[in-house]
Amino acid sequence: MILGSINPAVLMAALMVAATPILLAAIGELVVEKAGVLNLGVEGMMIMGACLGFIVAVNTGSPVLGFIGAAFAGMALSLLFALLTQALMTNQVASGLALTLFGLGLTALLGQKYVGITPPRTPKLDLGPLSEIPFLGRAFFSHDIVIYLTIVLVAAVWWFLKYSRAGMILRAVGENHDAAHALGYHVKRVRTLAIMFGGACAGLGGAYLSLIRVPQWTEGMTVGAGWIALALVVFASWRPWRALAGAYLFGGVVVLQLNLQAAGVKIPVEYLSMSPYLITIAVLVFISSGKARGSSNAPGSLNRPFHASS
Amino acid sequence: MIRLEKRKEPSKFWRIANPFLAVLLTMIAGGIMFAMLGKDPITAIRLIFFDPIFSETFGSYSRPQLLIKSAPLILIAVGLAIGFKANVWNIGAEGQYIIGALFGAGVALAFFPAPGWYIFPLMVIAGAFGGFLWAMIPAILKTRFNTNEILVSLLLVYVAERILAAMALGLMRNPDIAGFPGSRDLRRYEAAHNAELIAGTGIHWGVVAAMIAVIFAYAMMTRHMLGYHVQLAGQAPRAARFGGVSPARLVVICLGISGALAGLAGMFEVSGPGGQVRIEFASGYGFTAIIVAFLGRLNPIGIVLAGLLLGLTYIGGELGQMMLQLPGAAIQVFQGMLLFFLLALDFQTNYRIRLTQGARI
Repeated sequence: MILGSINPAVLMAALMVAATPILLAAIGELVVEKAGVLNLGVEGMMIMGACLGFIVAVNTGSPVLGFIGAAFAGMALSLLFALLTQALMTNQVASGLALTLFGLGLTALLGQKYVGITPPRTPKLDLGPLSEIPFLGRAFFSHDIVIYLTIVLVAAVWWFLKYSRAGMILRAVGENHDAAHALGYHVKRVRTLAIMFGGACAGLGGAYLSLIRVPQWTEGMTVGAGWIALALVVFASWRPWRALAGAYLFGGVVVLQLNLQAAGVKIPVEYLSMSPYLITIAVLVFISSGKARGSSNAPGSLNRPFHASS
Repeated sequence: MIRLEKRKEPSKFWRIANPFLAVLLTMIAGGIMFAMLGKDPITAIRLIFFDPIFSETFGSYSRPQLLIKSAPLILIAVGLAIGFKANVWNIGAEGQYIIGALFGAGVALAFFPAPGWYIFPLMVIAGAFGGFLWAMIPAILKTRFNTNEILVSLLLVYVAERILAAMALGLMRNPDIAGFPGSRDLRRYEAAHNAELIAGTGIHWGVVAAMIAVIFAYAMMTRHMLGYHVQLAGQAPRAARFGGVSPARLVVICLGISGALAGLAGMFEVSGPGGQVRIEFASGYGFTAIIVAFLGRLNPIGIVLAGLLLGLTYIGGELGQMMLQLPGAAIQVFQGMLLFFLLALDFQTNYRIRLTQGARI
């Protein structure tokens, strides 16, 4: 084994790249769940973002427009979910699944002509002397702007949920929708907005996969990233900074696993590539077993439909 | 102004009518989609929904295919529906299907090339057991550690897919053909072959198993205490707990049944129509079966009809690819749309639209 050939700075840099797509999707879903809605369609919204973002970027030559397109694509699909669960009072679990199945099918159709194309490159952010610092420069300061914006987004969501008035209304709606309704808050409007935010974030996460991380379009390319993002929200016990820590932890596992593959460890690739899923399950078990702190932090009205009776 | 009013009782009429309406709407929306793809919508819809059965030219080929495609869907969906009724969400049937196939094929390959009447029954048991075991992982994690069964069962699909690849490339690879992934062809191994029972009908043991499962599920849900407990736990979990229904037991039973049935479906597929353990063996039956379960109203009889319909779209999709160069993914979109329309229409089962005068106070 040639573990010595793995450069820790490169590893750290790759880890951040691997973590960003699921972090984006997870931070969006965290807000959705904080509003009391369980949207299992993250995988579908991510793949929509990956596909539409790719198509827009290739056709316009601009990754920025690609990301914007991806956010709108994810949001469009999430609006469908909002229509179903908020206006038509459908079962959230079934609707989320429908979203995922539909998204996977639709993108396979839309992206057909785009397989094998290379998207326009997203430039690295020029941080000047910072990226010259030994180790730290390579690890933390030589990335594309999306990685940094994602961290800013985590901070913004944290601030929004904790300190802003709108964030408190959102949390109230998620904790007890009947009480929030009695106080005069528009439960469905708040939830719809949260769902749209979640969709946009999932779309961005998908676009990060197809435009930066891979970068290519292939059918079903999210391979469960959306589900891992859902697990990440539970792991984070609905706290934004913990989602960041969890995503980076997860990114570390993915990157280490890929490096072991490349280093030619005597374990078949198929078994190594299982590890992200197995570790996600293990972490879920650990969190939900109640030994860890914050396991009962789930929003009170999560996955309960709201229908104003009066 | 318009507002929704919750019905005291879900409307029986709409419960039955909605699946048909959803199919109709899907055909219309699908036709629009095909038109946008530059195909003649009427021809495409006819090709998918009618020609596999009624066409003179392909009918003789595709009619038997109907049972071959529908049987695994029905077998899996019947099991899933029991769980869905009790609010136990096994959405990882695809994984249980794969593991069942691997267990079944494993038995066959271990005995190869010995003849023996007992080999196929052993494969059946192994297949069911494999699916059962794979479903027990989320079940036990749920009952022991309260881990969300939706996420675990789904994540295990990806693990199962990788085990499948590892098996096709490693342990189960056919040693006689060097360089190609994939196991021996079980169709060429008589003792393990899940052959057509009546020539030209497509009926194999999987079809028989699906029929038995439907009858058993029907009897259980309508006549047996367990079926009553399942319904009770789904509709009134608190009441069920006071009534002495153990939620943990129910989780294990529901996941166990659906896992075993999905495993069986995988085993019948790998020993018959599929033929061998290959990387591309999994074809999404486990996910489509979720749609079948909902479209069939979680009712065994309804599931038979829904399974036949979605089986039909698989064949129709293949025909469409051949005849009209329709993209294969179009069928997936179709299936997704079907579920959307069904869910959307169902609001009128539980709610009624009321027009009220003036603003609400």
